[in-house]
Amino acid sequence: MAAIEITGLTKTYTVGFWRKRPKCALKPLTLTVEDGEIFGYLGPNGAGKTTTLKLLMGLIFPSGGGARILGKPMDDPSIKAQIGFLPEQPYFYDYLTAAELLTYYAQLSGVSARERRTRVDDVLHRVGLTDSRRTQLRKLSKGMLQRVGIAQAILHDPKVVFLDEPMSGLDPIGRREVRDLIATLKEEGKTVFFSTHILSDAEALCDRVAVLNKGELRVIGSVGELTSRAQGRVEVIYQGIRAAALDRLVIESHSTGETTRIIVAQDSLDAAIEAIRRANAKLLSVNPVRSTLEDYFVEKIADPVEAVP
Amino acid sequence: MSARVGYIAWNTFREAVRDRVLYNLIFFALLMVGASLLFGQISIGISKIVLVNLGLTAISLFGVIIAIFIGIVLVSKEIEKKTLYTILSRPVRRWEFIVGKFGGLTWTLVVNTTCMALGFFAALLALTHSFVRADVYLLIAIYFIVLQFVVVTAIALLFSSFSSPVLSAVFALALFVIGTFSEDLRGFAAMSQGGTRVLATAVAYIVPNFGSLNVISQVAHEMPISSQLVLYNTAYSLLYAAAAIAGAVLIFERRNLK
Repeated sequence: MAAIEITGLTKTYTVGFWRKRPKCALKPLTLTVEDGEIFGYLGPNGAGKTTTLKLLMGLIFPSGGGARILGKPMDDPSIKAQIGFLPEQPYFYDYLTAAELLTYYAQLSGVSARERRTRVDDVLHRVGLTDSRRTQLRKLSKGMLQRVGIAQAILHDPKVVFLDEPMSGLDPIGRREVRDLIATLKEEGKTVFFSTHILSDAEALCDRVAVLNKGELRVIGSVGELTSRAQGRVEVIYQGIRAAALDRLVIESHSTGETTRIIVAQDSLDAAIEAIRRANAKLLSVNPVRSTLEDYFVEKIADPVEAVP
Repeated sequence: MSARVGYIAWNTFREAVRDRVLYNLIFFALLMVGASLLFGQISIGISKIVLVNLGLTAISLFGVIIAIFIGIVLVSKEIEKKTLYTILSRPVRRWEFIVGKFGGLTWTLVVNTTCMALGFFAALLALTHSFVRADVYLLIAIYFIVLQFVVVTAIALLFSSFSSPVLSAVFALALFVIGTFSEDLRGFAAMSQGGTRVLATAVAYIVPNFGSLNVISQVAHEMPISSQLVLYNTAYSLLYAAAAIAGAVLIFERRNLK
């Protein structure tokens, strides 16, 4: 069973005071997230990522389409006990301590009185805030508040966790810890749907990603698929005199002393190696150029035509 | 009524209790009660009347200020600061949130009024050295003040569910002032004719009748309050508050939390 099934989900706002006009924040979105998957939802600012998450959480109402979470319609209140949500740049009741806040959320999530204390202690330990359990939230740093946000999202042991920009505001160590935590959630069998514009995080964590731009889904697939689909070039490093026959094959070239690094198309690799041998140059290495998700992302965002069929 | 309503109400109460502004208001209310004791002592022969009038008016006025200024931000602050996002993404229905918020603020006002009333009775005891049988009516006047808070809180919450805090404050205060003079509005309607009469009558019945909840002058003069009025005011206030809360829920259920 798919954990999340989104079918034609659309959101249009009306903007303007006197001359009201529609503004489409999310064009009909259809995608499926499988059970136990870490799914990255990527896009630049204003792409429609937060709108999608707000729609799924029932904070705003769709103009069309719908979604099913764990097989139930997204507006079914019973589903809320099985999902966790971290909003973007979360803000909490700053007059409460971390433990008080989490206890309150545990109460609202229907965690039994017997289990509450254990769950709160456990989740504070997981996000590294055990020492701050009695500190009022107004005294915590931005990074610590983000950890509290993650703690409240996983507190009630949800099956599906939605995280909106979970690495936002964290230092490199904090980011690493959150990445490890998300990986642990997957090991526990949970489905994680997280939005981000930090592509290295998505690349390191996600089974699949979707790229969104201007409210429209541009592409969906595994990170490997997307990055291998993107290029198909090979890096060749050799030492010696440059062969004239290489000139027509080289896409990119850089020389340092006698060592030359060239980039050629996969199709031209045999011809390039042959040219190097004929010039009596010494072949040092041949490696496929692995394009990053960032390369692919930039390419997709810049491309105004192609969209997911 | 679900347990979640109780949890939300308790958290609302906790928020108000930890807010320093609230203590300032209570302090000023008690100061007013203390000042009325002073005024009472210099008003020969009518010291108790002055104390009761000023003391209960101070309790009423500061309670209304608390009800309006906390009530108008109850919902808007949660939306603005996005704290609502982590509430409504849990198994919490929107009506539970509104009713819980209302319950929490009402409980806050009951506790505040109890504190201020204790201060008032202490001042009264200091002035008169003993209580008389007619002082029971003071408790009824305070009960009516609490009913007034219930209605004002519900109105503030209603405006807060769709309007900005500033506009909500203006609307709620305006309705409070008009409601206080609703008896005069009815008198004006009775004297008017044609369209003005219809309009004035309609407005007089729509705005809350705070006039009938104000028995401060009567109890200051040790005049009795009928049990019929107690029943009428209780039913009226609870129904009015329920209607306002129902309106707030209806609006909030359809609201996009941008």
